[in-house]
Amino acid sequence: MTTPKTLFEKVWSEHIVREEPGVPAMIYIDLQLIHEVTSPQAFDGLRARGLRVRRPDRTFATMDHSTPTLPKNLAVVDPQAEAQLAKLTANCREFGVELFDLTTAEQGIVHVIGPELGLTQPGMTVVCGDSHTSTHGAFGALAFGIGTSEVEHALATQCLLQRKPKTLEIRVDGKLPRGVGAKDIILAVIAKIGTGGATGHVIEYRGSAIEALDMEERMTICNMSIEAGARAGMIAPDEKTFVWLEGRRFAPKGDEWTAAVARWSALRTDDGATFDASVSLDASTLAPMITYGTNPGMGIAVTDRVPDPSSGATPSDQATIAKALAYMDLEAGAPIAGRRVDVVFIGSCTNSRMGDLRAAANVMRGRKVAAGVRVLVVPGSKAIKHQAEAEGLDQVFRAAGAEWREAGCSMCIAMNGDQLSPGQYAVSTSNRNFEGRQGRGGRTFLASPLTAAASAITGKVTDPRTLSFDTSNARNDIGVQS
Amino acid sequence: MTATTAEKREPFTTVSSTYVVLPVENIDTDQIIPARFLKVTDKRGLGASVFCDWRFHPDGTPNADFPLNRPDAQGARVLVAGANFGSGSSREHAPWALVGWGLRVVIAPSFADIFKQNAMKNGLLPVEVEPAVYERLVAARHGDARATVTVDLPAQTVTLGTGGRDDSRAAPPSVLARFAIDAFAKECLIHGIDELGYLLDRTADIERYEAKHH
Ligand code: SF4
Repeated sequence: MTTPKTLFEKVWSEHIVREEPGVPAMIYIDLQLIHEVTSPQAFDGLRARGLRVRRPDRTFATMDHSTPTLPKNLAVVDPQAEAQLAKLTANCREFGVELFDLTTAEQGIVHVIGPELGLTQPGMTVVCGDSHTSTHGAFGALAFGIGTSEVEHALATQCLLQRKPKTLEIRVDGKLPRGVGAKDIILAVIAKIGTGGATGHVIEYRGSAIEALDMEERMTICNMSIEAGARAGMIAPDEKTFVWLEGRRFAPKGDEWTAAVARWSALRTDDGATFDASVSLDASTLAPMITYGTNPGMGIAVTDRVPDPSSGATPSDQATIAKALAYMDLEAGAPIAGRRVDVVFIGSCTNSRMGDLRAAANVMRGRKVAAGVRVLVVPGSKAIKHQAEAEGLDQVFRAAGAEWREAGCSMCIAMNGDQLSPGQYAVSTSNRNFEGRQGRGGRTFLASPLTAAASAITGKVTDPRTLSFDTSNARNDIGVQS
Repeated sequence: MTATTAEKREPFTTVSSTYVVLPVENIDTDQIIPARFLKVTDKRGLGASVFCDWRFHPDGTPNADFPLNRPDAQGARVLVAGANFGSGSSREHAPWALVGWGLRVVIAPSFADIFKQNAMKNGLLPVEVEPAVYERLVAARHGDARATVTVDLPAQTVTLGTGGRDDSRAAPPSVLARFAIDAFAKECLIHGIDELGYLLDRTADIERYEAKHH
C-alpha cells in the first residue's frame, strides 16, 4: 500500500525532474504565462546568453497591466508603457511565443484568459511572473507566482529549482447565507490567519462550502491565497471542473479528453493524508466582508465597526492598525457601513468574470449610481466583455451611470491611466488595499461585487443584503467560451 | 559549467556597515516600488524610486523625516524592517530597487516567500531573526545613529557593532544572532553562481523527463 498523499503532493511528485541532497528539487513547468511587466528583463537575459525559449508551445503571452481600458481612446497611457508593450511584441516574435495582444479576441488579464482558453488544466504546474498565478489552482493545478529571474529560468529550461513547500488545509463547511460569496470567504480566511499566515505553505481549500462553489468562485478563492502569504492555493478538480473545461480551445479532445478526465479524477487528497497545518471556517456564520485598512488581512464584516488599535494582539499589531487608520482617515469604533465612497471598481483577476458581472448587474439593474460616485466596470477578458454584452449587462451598467471598459487590470494597479486621486475612497473588487495601490494617496475598501455594486448605488459602504435584487442568474457553471 | 551557461555575479561574504531602521510590519512591494515605476524594461535605475511614496511628498520634495532620507542613513548597506517584509506582488523590481539604492542585506523577523527568493537571486541577503533580536537592533540604532551591524554569511551570524563611540574599554562585540539560510542559496550567493547555469547544466535530465512525460 502506498502512503496517502495530499493533492499537492501528487502534483509535486509528478513534476520532479531531479532531486539531489542539499539542493532544491528541479521541478518541470507545464505552462508559463507571460505579460508585459515582468518579462522584458528575462528575455534580455536569454539574449545575453544566446539562449532560446525551450518550449514555446508551453508559453503564452498577453497584455494586461499597462494597457488602457478606455473604449474609444486606445492610446497607451505614456511612451514608457507603449515601449514596454512593443518590447513584448518584439520578444514574442523573436522567441516564437504566441501573444494575445490588444488586437486579438483572446486578450485579457493573464489569470482570466489562462483558464478561459483551457490552457490551465488539472495536475499541471503553472507559473507566471505575477503573484496572483495562484488563481489557476482552482483547477487542481500547482500554480504560483515567480520573479523575473525565474521567468528567465523557466523560459530557458522549462524548469525551476524549488524547495518543497508545506501544506495547509483550509476547510470551509456549511451553507453560505444569501448575499455572501466566494470573495467574502477568502477575505474572512485572510482576516483569520493574517497576511503572513500561510507563508511557506500551499493551501488546499476543501469542505462542503468549497465543493458547492462554481469554477469562477473557486478562482476568486485561489486568487487571493497569496494575500495570506501562501505559495499557492489548490482545489481538487471535480465534475464541475471537467464540465467547465470541456471543449475549450487548448483542452484535450476526443480520446485524449477521456484519458485526461480519468487521470484528473485521481487528483484528490487521499483519505488519511496529513497536512502540516489546518484551519477551518463555518460558511454559514459569514457576513459580507470588507477591509478597513491597508493590507488584505484587515477585513471585517460590513456590519462591524472599525477596530481600535488597542485591539491588536501585540504592540506592533497595534502600531499597524493605528498606521492604517491614519492612512485611511477612519475613526476607530465607527461603523464601516455608511462611509462615503468616491469610486467603485468592479474588475481585476479576482472578480471580473461572468458571475461577478451578473451579480453586480443584478444589484444595479433599474437603479442609478449615487450622484458624484464614479463607477468602473472592467471585464477580465475580451471574451467576457463579448459575453456580457450579449447578455445586455453593459446596458445595465451604462443605464445606471457606470463606465463599461475594455478588458485589463485597470484600477487594480494604477499603471494604465485608471487610478484614484489622493484621498479618494474606493470600494474595489480587486485583491490589494496597500497604500497607493490604486493610485497615490488613494484608499481602498476590498469587497465582493455585490457589496461594491450596492455601495455604488448608495454612495456609501453598503451591506448588499439591505437592497433587494435577483440572484437567479448569477451562478455560472459553464463560463464563457472563447 | 560551460561557457554559455556560466554567469558570475558579485560574490557575497560579509557586509559590515551602518544600518537604517524601518520599524513597520508588512512592508509590501507596492511600498518598496510603486507600480507606476514598473513600466521600465531594464533592471537598473530603480534605486532612485525605492519607497518613493514614503520618501517624497506628493509635490516631489523629499520627506526629511523618512529614515532613508536622513543624512545618517546615507551609505548604509543594511535595512532592518518589521515582520512579513516584501509581501504582495512578485515584482523583482523590489529587490532591484533596494539594491539600486545601495542595500545588500535586509534583516526582518520574517519575509514573504517570493520576495525572499527574488532577493537572493539579486545578491540581496534576507536575514530572518527572532523578534527579540529585531527589537534589539531597532533599539541600538535609535540609541546611536552610528551603530553598525556585521552580517557574516559564511558563519551565518549577525553582530552588533559599536558604532563610532569610544569603546576601547568595552568588550569586543559579540554575536547577536545566528540565522538560517537555505544551503544551496548560500552557496550560490557566496560563489556568485546563478541558478540558471545550474539548470542548464542538467539539460539531459530535462530531456529525459520530457521524453517520458510529454
Ligand atoms: S488584475 Fe491586478 S492583481 Fe490581477 S494580474 Fe492584474 S494587476 Fe495583478
